[in-house]
Amino acid sequence: MNQTPIPTTDEQPDKSSKRMELQRLAEVMSVAQSQQGVSLWSDGWKRLKRNRVSMLSLWTLVIIVVLAIITPALPLQSPIFQDVKQRELLSPEFKTYKLGIVDYNETLALKRQTLIEMGPLDDQRAALQAEIEGLEARHPINVYWNDPGFISQAMIKFRIFIFGDYCIPSICGTDKLGRDVLSRVCWGSRVSLACGLIATLVSLLIGVSYGAISGYFGGRIDNIMMRIIDVAYSIPFIFIVIFIMSFLSAPKVRDTLNEYGINQITVFFLMIGAIYWLTMARVVRGQVLSLKNEQFVDAAKTIGTSQWGIIFKHLVPNVMGIVIVYLTLTIPAVIRFEAFLSFLGMGVQAPDISWGMLVNEGIQVITPIRIYWWMIIFSGLALALTLFSLNFLGDGVRDALDPKLKNR
Amino acid sequence: MQLLVFLLKRLGWMLITVWVVFTLSFFLMRAIPGGPLNGERVLSESVRAQLEQRYNLDDPLFVQYTTHLWNTICFDFGPSYKLQDFTVNEVLAQGFPVSAALGILGMTFALLLGMTAGVVSAVCRTSIYDFSFMLLATLGIAIPSFVLASMAIVLFVFYFQFFPAAGWGELKQIVLPAMCLGAPFAGYIARLTRTGMLEILSNDYIRTAYAKGLSTRTVILRHALRGSILPVVSYLGPACAGILTGSLVLEKIFAIPGMGSHFIEAALQRDFTLGMGALLTYTVLLYVMNTLVDLSYSIIDPRVVLE
Repeated sequence: MNQTPIPTTDEQPDKSSKRMELQRLAEVMSVAQSQQGVSLWSDGWKRLKRNRVSMLSLWTLVIIVVLAIITPALPLQSPIFQDVKQRELLSPEFKTYKLGIVDYNETLALKRQTLIEMGPLDDQRAALQAEIEGLEARHPINVYWNDPGFISQAMIKFRIFIFGDYCIPSICGTDKLGRDVLSRVCWGSRVSLACGLIATLVSLLIGVSYGAISGYFGGRIDNIMMRIIDVAYSIPFIFIVIFIMSFLSAPKVRDTLNEYGINQITVFFLMIGAIYWLTMARVVRGQVLSLKNEQFVDAAKTIGTSQWGIIFKHLVPNVMGIVIVYLTLTIPAVIRFEAFLSFLGMGVQAPDISWGMLVNEGIQVITPIRIYWWMIIFSGLALALTLFSLNFLGDGVRDALDPKLKNR
Repeated sequence: MQLLVFLLKRLGWMLITVWVVFTLSFFLMRAIPGGPLNGERVLSESVRAQLEQRYNLDDPLFVQYTTHLWNTICFDFGPSYKLQDFTVNEVLAQGFPVSAALGILGMTFALLLGMTAGVVSAVCRTSIYDFSFMLLATLGIAIPSFVLASMAIVLFVFYFQFFPAAGWGELKQIVLPAMCLGAPFAGYIARLTRTGMLEILSNDYIRTAYAKGLSTRTVILRHALRGSILPVVSYLGPACAGILTGSLVLEKIFAIPGMGSHFIEAALQRDFTLGMGALLTYTVLLYVMNTLVDLSYSIIDPRVVLE
């Protein structure tokens, strides 16, 4: 920041000097107004932009995320449709592959047309109607994609509208059941990235509230809450999660959960989030401890803000800097953990797809006779590239927000 | 005296932790419908009753809890639900040495490689060695060990045929899993050593050592290294936890009959007693490791006070 010297005065209580005083104040005011304050975020962003490796990682991540979001609209093959006889374990190839949805739609439209043209008393009307209903139920959208949500379905329809039956050839090969690896990697990225996001948000929510409450109230409450964290730190949560996941995947439990409308994947995400908050809580507590005696907290108290208001409106926004730094470290850790569990067969279950699961499928078909390298390399690379970029970006963000490294 | 108090305190906290883990997993297990006896085969009433009696599943919940707790205190984890004719203790006794050997080898590898790379990078700062070592370190940290292991299998087992694919017993079979296990930790240790070393190298006493006319080697190895391994030592605690988790996947990939693969198997088969036994062993192991790390910290740096 460039500083302009502030004009000084000697204090004399007569009229002309009072005018001088006013003039001086106006001058000070104009100087102050001409200076743009640099917030932590804009300064951090400026410094991050100077870090080339971080920016490269950021752009890589942006591309990966965008690809994951628009996956349903890309002309990919079906990620789950099995064709064991003709397409089992094909090595990467460039032959085009057709979906056959356009023909299907045409047949369906034709039948519907006939139905409309038919008289209401026609004998074959009921049979035709049943046939159409059957065709609709077996529609490729339901066969080629695993229960797509509203938005995904719209995107798939858009894709069919634009690209028709065209699919990108199996440039990454196919797997044991004849499914296209490229398409599976793309669809897997959605689950893996969503897990990183949701689980991190859960850990953020728990960690920040726990740490802020503990730090603000202090005393005995703080003591007890921190002791709980100490005990929790030495519990090997990863093993407990494996334990819990194995029970949750029992058919009976799954059915019970489904009755309550709880998806197993949701439970999985929440659980991962619920074990990654410990460090966050400690860090936030430390920050709140040092902030809670500042004047702005006293000011908030004097105007009658409630304790919760002080914690969540005044203290929490002030610790966001360090929270962001920890967030960039938590996201890759969470994605890695999800991949780890899915690799062991205890995370995401088929027909959902995640990167860890794909690597596991690759490992299972390894034989000395033939190396199906494409089944491991592409999913492994996708995972490694994402984690690599996240790590670099995390380092960059930490440096950018670290006031000690400022102006170096 | 101070040491004794420290150890006693730690022991107390360890017991509390183990108890929490025990209670948590016990009630989770019991709260979930479909116990370990509900396999694919439907059992007849009488067989079920007999089995339940054998595993004490017919008692009231609280009685089950206390019996189980008491047995656990006596280090008796009971018979395995799924592996017939084996008690959990036997399975653990078989698996533990294997996992320990793998873990120790992996850790040694990580320390050797990581510290060498870190020292070299710090001494030849901004050289091509520094750059490539740090790139490798970041790669090692970013790539999950199971991806690394699968790629290593494709490359070194099937393509070049340096190592056998799986199994346990020979030295040749241990090398690849231990290296894959240690790789991420080698990366972390290299980065920590480099940072610590750079900080130490700018100190006055290093300049003094050089001024005395000591060779670079002596200065680095005798004077600088000791100060710069403190962050590495404090990282060893989390690293041990990481090695334990990492060995789960590597034992699965390389078909090593260690505790990790037994635990995974137990979890997949819903073998409650074996899973609980392994879980408690892991908890104790982790706690002991952390305590050892804290102890060694105070030995290396006498200014650290044990709490």
